[in-house]
Amino acid sequence: MTTTAAYQVSHLDALEAESIFVLREVVAEMERPVLLFSGGKDSIVMLWLAQKAFAPANIPFPVLHVDTGHNFPEVLAYRDQRVAELGLQLVVASVPEALANGLVRESADGMRNRIQTPVLLAAVEQHRFDALFGGARRDEEKARAKERVFSFRDEFGQWDPKNQRPELWSLYNGRHQPGESIRAFPLSNWTELDVWHYIARERIEAPSIYYAHEREVIERDGMLYAVNEFIRPRAGEERFKARVRYRTVGDASCTAAVRSDADTVAKVIEEVAATRITERGATRGDDRVSEAAMEDRKREGYF
Amino acid sequence: MTTETTAEVGAEAASVRPMDLLRFATAGSVDDGKSTLIGRLLYDTRSLFTDQLAAVEAVSAARGDEYTNLALLTDGLRAEREQGITIDVAYRYFATPRRKFIIADTPGHIQYTRNMVTGASTADLALILVDARKGLVEQSRRHAFLCSLLRVPHLVLCVNKMDLVDWSHEVYEKIADEFTAFAAKLDVPDLTVVPVSALHGDNIVSRSEKMPWYEGPSLLHHLERVHIASDRNLVDVRFPVQYVIRPQSTTVTDYRGYAGQVASGVLKPDDEVMVLPSGFTSRIAAVETADGPVPEAFPPMSVTVRLTDEIDISRGDMICRPNNAPAVAQDIEAMVCWMDETRPLQLGGRYVIKHTTRSARAIVRGLHYRLDINSLHRDESAGELKLNEIGRVRFRTMVPLLVDEYRRNRTTGGFVIIDETTNRTVGAGMIVEAG
Repeated sequence: MTTTAAYQVSHLDALEAESIFVLREVVAEMERPVLLFSGGKDSIVMLWLAQKAFAPANIPFPVLHVDTGHNFPEVLAYRDQRVAELGLQLVVASVPEALANGLVRESADGMRNRIQTPVLLAAVEQHRFDALFGGARRDEEKARAKERVFSFRDEFGQWDPKNQRPELWSLYNGRHQPGESIRAFPLSNWTELDVWHYIARERIEAPSIYYAHEREVIERDGMLYAVNEFIRPRAGEERFKARVRYRTVGDASCTAAVRSDADTVAKVIEEVAATRITERGATRGDDRVSEAAMEDRKREGYF
Repeated sequence: MTTETTAEVGAEAASVRPMDLLRFATAGSVDDGKSTLIGRLLYDTRSLFTDQLAAVEAVSAARGDEYTNLALLTDGLRAEREQGITIDVAYRYFATPRRKFIIADTPGHIQYTRNMVTGASTADLALILVDARKGLVEQSRRHAFLCSLLRVPHLVLCVNKMDLVDWSHEVYEKIADEFTAFAAKLDVPDLTVVPVSALHGDNIVSRSEKMPWYEGPSLLHHLERVHIASDRNLVDVRFPVQYVIRPQSTTVTDYRGYAGQVASGVLKPDDEVMVLPSGFTSRIAAVETADGPVPEAFPPMSVTVRLTDEIDISRGDMICRPNNAPAVAQDIEAMVCWMDETRPLQLGGRYVIKHTTRSARAIVRGLHYRLDINSLHRDESAGELKLNEIGRVRFRTMVPLLVDEYRRNRTTGGFVIIDETTNRTVGAGMIVEAG
């Protein structure tokens, strides 16, 4: 606890306290919560906060990974390591399985961001989860800037932006009918920079792809994509080596890297503080589809 | 867990001067230049990103706007952009080396009163804009009233578009005097008036040279330095129990901790405490976080409290001091802002009140008056409260609530009203009196 003066707390402590309050509130009021864990920095911090919120008891809910089949191996290894360390129950909602049994069909562009939504919703229904913790932050995207900390979803998992519950003080309304659910966002008020300052302060380990490393890439739509089993150079695209890091970790087929020399937390913080491009704008092919790409996906049940 | 070397190296260098957090609400419409002002604050503090700006420029150009419409930055929903209006509260973030800021950007029109009430509920400061050419309008008075109703501790009136009145000292003085006189009738503890031109950046980040007659700080300077530490109530110990931590483990046995966020006051080990509603007393054995015991806890810390005695405590109970306790009340008088468009609040209506970590069924026993939030006239003949209407209401609850007056404690004095049949949040209440 860093105090700036008598009875004052730093902004990181205030954010931490608010997130812990939200985590406890959900567990106290909901029947079957689950935490969405991708191995991305936001879900890492969220899991860290969950550990703090219920200590010395164990985290009282399982974690859910929506596995698009397009994974960064470093991130999968990190996921399994954390799950083992904390003794968590891991539920995997598998897009490849859903493709195999016909629940979803591969989209024309090969991106799996959109088709992961039905897979997520099927897992929620199967396990009867009524509250899903997500690591989404309001600073990420303009549709998210308007979302509640407790976001109500109907029985189809849909978000209705015009029909959101007013949220005053720290009084969250999680009431719902069977089949409906709440998405809870403990990191709503954090920014990308806050997340990195917190990772530094708490000395939280993050997957290595968040730090600068050499990688073989191609340039597509002005972004650098790693060459791997999901992304192959198209005609006219040249593969080359670059020093890069990832600012976000999503589906490996639509998440781009950025040029970077930031190989330590301190350097990442410096870089993030100086950058003039949002993390989603810099790295996510899926958000560039239209002005309201995120809002439309959220309406369908995406996070 | 193991710590990677990269994290190790980084932690030292990354330690910066700790900043504190200021939440502020803005109210106004596009006409007042509110979006321009927010855009200016974000831009001048380097919190606006080039891809966001490029997207806004592209959309503005495509729509044939004559200038880049910064309102598009905050209007995040498709319907808002299509209709060119702000419907909902948008949250925006920026930081300076001194402070991190959370802006709750709310629409100003009367049909969005509930959104402004929502934004103001957590605000340390509210920023009200007026157009210097128009002076105070009905909307400015309404915004000031809502800020005082929600007990926002600091109010800033920005007299905007000073460039369009020739930077006139007299125009500014007239508006400032009129507003100060109006605010004196309200519950406004701290008022600052700043003449600005959001469009040209005058008095936003640094002092303007155009208005040498103005001796006060720039807006950002004020936001960075306004003293908010004393706003929190450190006198009345109120700790609503949120969750009971009882590890089911072989290594940690007999642990029983009461987790929650300190609403007010300071809790220390060995303090004598009383638990409501039971009235049992005990002492604090320890105040803990996951990082270990702490010497004291105060707002807004989330902690776990252990007591020396084994007494029955559950979620919804309140830890306080024997000689300083909230009222244990089933009859509650409150100012209510109604937020539901489908059904009005009616006499005899049955709802659920959610107050701190406790919920109770409640019935509306009286509607004393409805307040005209423009004229502040009280209509005692009103039989219901419709969407965005505010009135004084008397509730009877099925179980006691542990309450303080809202003016003394925003956390233990505020509640939301939930319709049990639809599960919607239909209103917000600020306790005036409990008995």
